[in-house]
Amino acid sequence: MVENRPFLNFLTHLVLILGVATVVFPVYLAFIASTRGPADFMTGVVPLTPGDQTWANYGALLGAGSTEAGAPPFLLMLGNSLIMALLVAFGKIAISILSAFAVVYFRFPGRVIAFWIIFMTLMLPIEVRILPTYKVIADLGMLNSFSGLVIPVIASATATFLFRQFFLTIPEETMEAARVDGAGPLKFFWDILLPLSRTNIAALFIIMFIFGWNQYLWPMLITTEPHYYTVVMGIKRLAAVLDGDTQWNLVMAGVILAALPPVLVIIFMQRLFVKGLVETEK
Amino acid sequence: MQTKRTVFKSRLLPYLLLAPQLIITLIFFVWPAGQAIWQSFLRQDPFGMKDTFIWFANYTRLLGDADYMNALGVTVVFSIGVTALSMGASLLLAVCVNRVIRSQRFYTTLLVWPYAVAPAASGLLWWFMFNPSVGIIPYGLNYLGYNWNFRLNPNDAMILVIIAAAWKQISYNFLFFVAGLQSVPHSLTEAAAIDGAGPVKRFWTIVFPLLSPTTFFLAVINITYAMFDTFPIIDSTTSGGPAQSTNILVYKVYADGFIGLNLGPSAAQSVVLMLIVVLLTIVQFRWIERKVQY
Repeated sequence: MVENRPFLNFLTHLVLILGVATVVFPVYLAFIASTRGPADFMTGVVPLTPGDQTWANYGALLGAGSTEAGAPPFLLMLGNSLIMALLVAFGKIAISILSAFAVVYFRFPGRVIAFWIIFMTLMLPIEVRILPTYKVIADLGMLNSFSGLVIPVIASATATFLFRQFFLTIPEETMEAARVDGAGPLKFFWDILLPLSRTNIAALFIIMFIFGWNQYLWPMLITTEPHYYTVVMGIKRLAAVLDGDTQWNLVMAGVILAALPPVLVIIFMQRLFVKGLVETEK
Repeated sequence: MQTKRTVFKSRLLPYLLLAPQLIITLIFFVWPAGQAIWQSFLRQDPFGMKDTFIWFANYTRLLGDADYMNALGVTVVFSIGVTALSMGASLLLAVCVNRVIRSQRFYTTLLVWPYAVAPAASGLLWWFMFNPSVGIIPYGLNYLGYNWNFRLNPNDAMILVIIAAAWKQISYNFLFFVAGLQSVPHSLTEAAAIDGAGPVKRFWTIVFPLLSPTTFFLAVINITYAMFDTFPIIDSTTSGGPAQSTNILVYKVYADGFIGLNLGPSAAQSVVLMLIVVLLTIVQFRWIERKVQY
């Protein structure tokens, strides 16, 4: 702080409090809605204080789902999302760190081309080439399976790029010393590179976990059997089918359930998350 | 491209290490993209029996298509709206957080979590807030004499999707602005203060210009986000309506190709979008090249 200006300090806090309130308010409202019974929405506006139907709403969603909306139990969908997010995060990191290792620590014909092919994935979001990709998955018989959910989104230019940048900052001597001591490439990778990358891996894992959890269009296209539904696409289903007389309490309870796990991850691992975010995109 | 000064010698190993990533990229990215490009030059007869090669007819048709031009305009308005709203709000909050000392971490925690909320969920949250029958905002606007209904009014629908998309992006922009603000040297602002510049003057003449690399980078990222990652928000709130007023390009590709099964034109739209992404990526990487030094 350069100088002391009490009024400006007051203004700063006022803006921050208003900002935080605006950011939090939609979720607060959703939470309130999720604690209410269906009759509370008849008055034409949402109530602003919690009701007493919390356990009934969440219990119904978690255990039974919504038969009217064709949504399976949320416990199942949350489980599917968790499996998908973990597999996506793990897979992305595993294949990216290997390819970054190959690109930085080896010299071989086709190296630059390989790097650029990987890079192209960054340029082609799934929404853009949706129809042909869907056809490939269908031809390979990967509809309605976890391999279909996970493998196509697992290639990662961002992660490869991050690991490449990180490997380039590791001193040359590390590898030379390891080689003098007789370590081969795989031993060097496993015993030296991997332990050195631990923080980066953890930070990236958080980002990729959230990415995997929040996938929407992809699961929506390739899962038609309810027991493969993920929770983010499940809530849309809940909202869309019931549009006539929407069961707001259930829809909002679903939104809270879908959003809670990744939000908790960010809040509890904030430092790693910020590091991962600011460094991957830098 | 850079490697280590000394490298491991192995003929086969690097290819094995690259194989998983490359195979997935080729099967699920390069091949479908190639298909889309090929498809965009074809016209399928109504029974799907025969493809005719028609050069650029699908593209020229797009240019003459009023719906496509509308989607283009909608995308521009939407992207600019999301970018401006989200970056403006984030910059204000970041400047404020940078001023406070003790409560910095507290406010940051309260502002970063929307990053984790799925776009579809964020769409539903604001859909609920703005819902004409139960939402709190239309209820308030009603007192002011405005009859809000995003199902009927195109402007209302656009405002709804812009706010929902910008809300989710605030935490991202905020974190980058805070990082940028913290790298502005204190000596400069202190020197300006001694010379008699007030806080507002200092911000506009010193801090903001020094922040311009961050601002530029975030603008590119936000435009990319608004154009491509907001599909779930549109799908869960307005589905492109009313009267196509929120039908952004990405949503139109999906609607034409997957629901309308209009293969050729949809593929041509895909290719146009790919070109836009490539352009944005190149811009973004020029920035990285300038910024990162090793």
